[in-house]
Amino acid sequence: MLKYVAKRVLLGLVTIWFIASATFFGMHAVPGDPLAGDKATTAQIRANLAAKYGLDKPLATQYWIYLGNIAQGDFGISYTQENRKVNDIIREHFPVSATLGILAIVFAALGGILWGALTALYRNRWPDVVIMFLVILGISVPSFVVAAISQWSLVNLNQGVGATVLPIGGWGSIWHMLVPALVLGLSTMAYLTRLMRSSLLEVVNTDYVRTAKSKGLPATRIFSQHQLRNAILPVITVLGPAIAGITTGGFVVEIVFAIPGLGRYFVQAIQQLDYTVIMGTTVFYGAFLVFMVIAVDVIYGFIDPRVRVDQ
Amino acid sequence: MSTTELTPEDFQPLPTQQTAEQLTRPSLSYWADAWRRLRGNPRAMASLGLILALMAFVTVGPVVWTVDPSAQDLDQIGISPGADRSVTLAQPFTPWTLAQRLAATTLSPDTDLRLAQPATTQAVRLVWPDAGTSYRLYRNIFNPQDTGAFGLPLADLQQPYFEDRLDLQPGTYFYTLVTLDPAGQETLMTQSLTANVTRVISIAEAKARGILAPDEPGEIGAALELGWHPMGTDYLGRDMLARLMYGGQVSLFIGLLAPLAFVLLGVIYGSIAGFLGGMTDQAMMRFADFVVALPFLLFMILFKVVFGIGPGESGIWPMLVAMIILLWPAPARLVRGQILQIREEGYVSASKLLGATTPYVVARHMLPNTMGVILVTITFQVPSAIFTEAFLSFIGMGVAPPTPSWGAMCNEGIKSMLTRPHELMFPALMISITVLAFNLLGDGLRDALDARMRGTEE
Repeated sequence: MLKYVAKRVLLGLVTIWFIASATFFGMHAVPGDPLAGDKATTAQIRANLAAKYGLDKPLATQYWIYLGNIAQGDFGISYTQENRKVNDIIREHFPVSATLGILAIVFAALGGILWGALTALYRNRWPDVVIMFLVILGISVPSFVVAAISQWSLVNLNQGVGATVLPIGGWGSIWHMLVPALVLGLSTMAYLTRLMRSSLLEVVNTDYVRTAKSKGLPATRIFSQHQLRNAILPVITVLGPAIAGITTGGFVVEIVFAIPGLGRYFVQAIQQLDYTVIMGTTVFYGAFLVFMVIAVDVIYGFIDPRVRVDQ
Repeated sequence: MSTTELTPEDFQPLPTQQTAEQLTRPSLSYWADAWRRLRGNPRAMASLGLILALMAFVTVGPVVWTVDPSAQDLDQIGISPGADRSVTLAQPFTPWTLAQRLAATTLSPDTDLRLAQPATTQAVRLVWPDAGTSYRLYRNIFNPQDTGAFGLPLADLQQPYFEDRLDLQPGTYFYTLVTLDPAGQETLMTQSLTANVTRVISIAEAKARGILAPDEPGEIGAALELGWHPMGTDYLGRDMLARLMYGGQVSLFIGLLAPLAFVLLGVIYGSIAGFLGGMTDQAMMRFADFVVALPFLLFMILFKVVFGIGPGESGIWPMLVAMIILLWPAPARLVRGQILQIREEGYVSASKLLGATTPYVVARHMLPNTMGVILVTITFQVPSAIFTEAFLSFIGMGVAPPTPSWGAMCNEGIKSMLTRPHELMFPALMISITVLAFNLLGDGLRDALDARMRGTEE
């Protein structure tokens, strides 16, 4: 197990190095000049600015400095916001995104397991049909449309009641988080429902369920103790990639609901071509996702020992 | 012992027995069987029909509906479907002269805030009795008595008249005039006016818009009809139907071509790795693992920034290339697995024993046997490619304006979602229908084509 974890972590580090290098050389291949603005009015000012940002050194030297800084967790200074460190930006905005993401994952996992169990229990009867129809809908409607429609409904709800039942945007209390987190988790919830349903239906025909039945266990106990516990396993495996999906899906939800998260900041940085912020955020997000997937895989190895044998 | 005399007739072959071992049904090839299964699946057939209809919408549509998607109808900006299109011919706009103003103010000097002349989309001219102080004029599209808000402050004025020409649309406007005290603070003295603005157009403008024939003289006061926009217009007055058609071309082009391209690349890569095996296979697959680990959307965005979009470019090709670079490993892994499995099958060994060459084995046995899996993969990749395009266009990283795409249209429409919901809803509906159709077709194809995957979701 320890060897497996070490191998995964090592591979993860190499992946992060790859991400960092691709980001670095990619951004340096961008046509245009980050200093070509109204700041650099004369050649002297331009040279001073280049020296300040280290842009006067050869590319290889810049690359080594960059790698060294990243290894120490330093992503540099923003180009467009004077004297603002990328680290500070991440520190300030990432907790917001993370809170929203965790809440969305909780919604998605709970909802997915609950709805999936319901569809499997009522297979081919009306609850199954209705939920599966909603699931297909949840997979087919883009997240920004769901976000827009839910915000529009919130506006109408507040207008109809005549008071602010739920805020339509912004950040602060738990009430600000509810609807964005639901929207963010919706497509993952739909996907998990589908997965849960099929894995529950697979489990129904296994030997241990038949044994439990022949022992005379009540159906509710078979369902909760034997079927559900085994069917949840595949759901946990996809949680890693689901975290990745929810992080990037967060960009849209944060924009629509005006939430000051890192995703919204990232999109802003792209639109302003703030190179250091783009690079820093990409590497940070990339590293976060890589380690999330590893963490989920390792946890899965603890829950289901068969996986370790396969590795 | 008597011997039987054998005649040459005894050595005649018997007639072939027609009835034994006859196949009563035609033999079904793999594809015929798959097609039969697919036809028996009403959901899959309905979605196939829907996809064909969508294709017809984006290809045949522009031939039938020949409106330029980038032409702006400045008389009808952001109108919803089925909006009133009537327009009245009027004299061209002329500035409000001093004489006209004086005539209006002196005509009935004691009445409250009033219109100096009928309100039109050219101008709303307001006059009121002069109390010798200054005023602030507000305009609202909602009734201030219901909402409690005066609306948009138009101007602070010293004189008792005002000409409003700010973005006038046909409809009802509520004007409120607040008298200011000498310190410039608002007092409680207000006057209000409800103005019904009618849409007017000058003869020259009508001819330029093509709603009045060039040789017709045109009569002032005559009613005309503006150009028809069955699905309304967007915030720049561009026809929504035409934009949905052309935007669909972009969305479906990326949605279909990108999966085709990267699945093809993946098939080539995966079959080479699977066929060669050994160290080459290991090395090739480690590299694929690497690319898989890259966070997809972040790198899509990064690629878009790196490629950049020059002036006059649509940004479609960079998006395609980025998708191909990032998404080939998944089909490559799938195909490699299939090839490794098939390589050990008896029919491949038999074919080799009979002297078949490697290209023949690959083309005749391996690819047809993986074709089902490949086709299902492509179908399921189409919705995610369409989603990716929509997502990137939505955050402003997709196709560059003025190229329409469904995602870009959603991005534009969301800004005016509360007042003009049709600008968001139509492209959003198109994306949803397309993705839904491809998802259902993918489910059906998987059931029909792939015996191993058959029933896994049911």
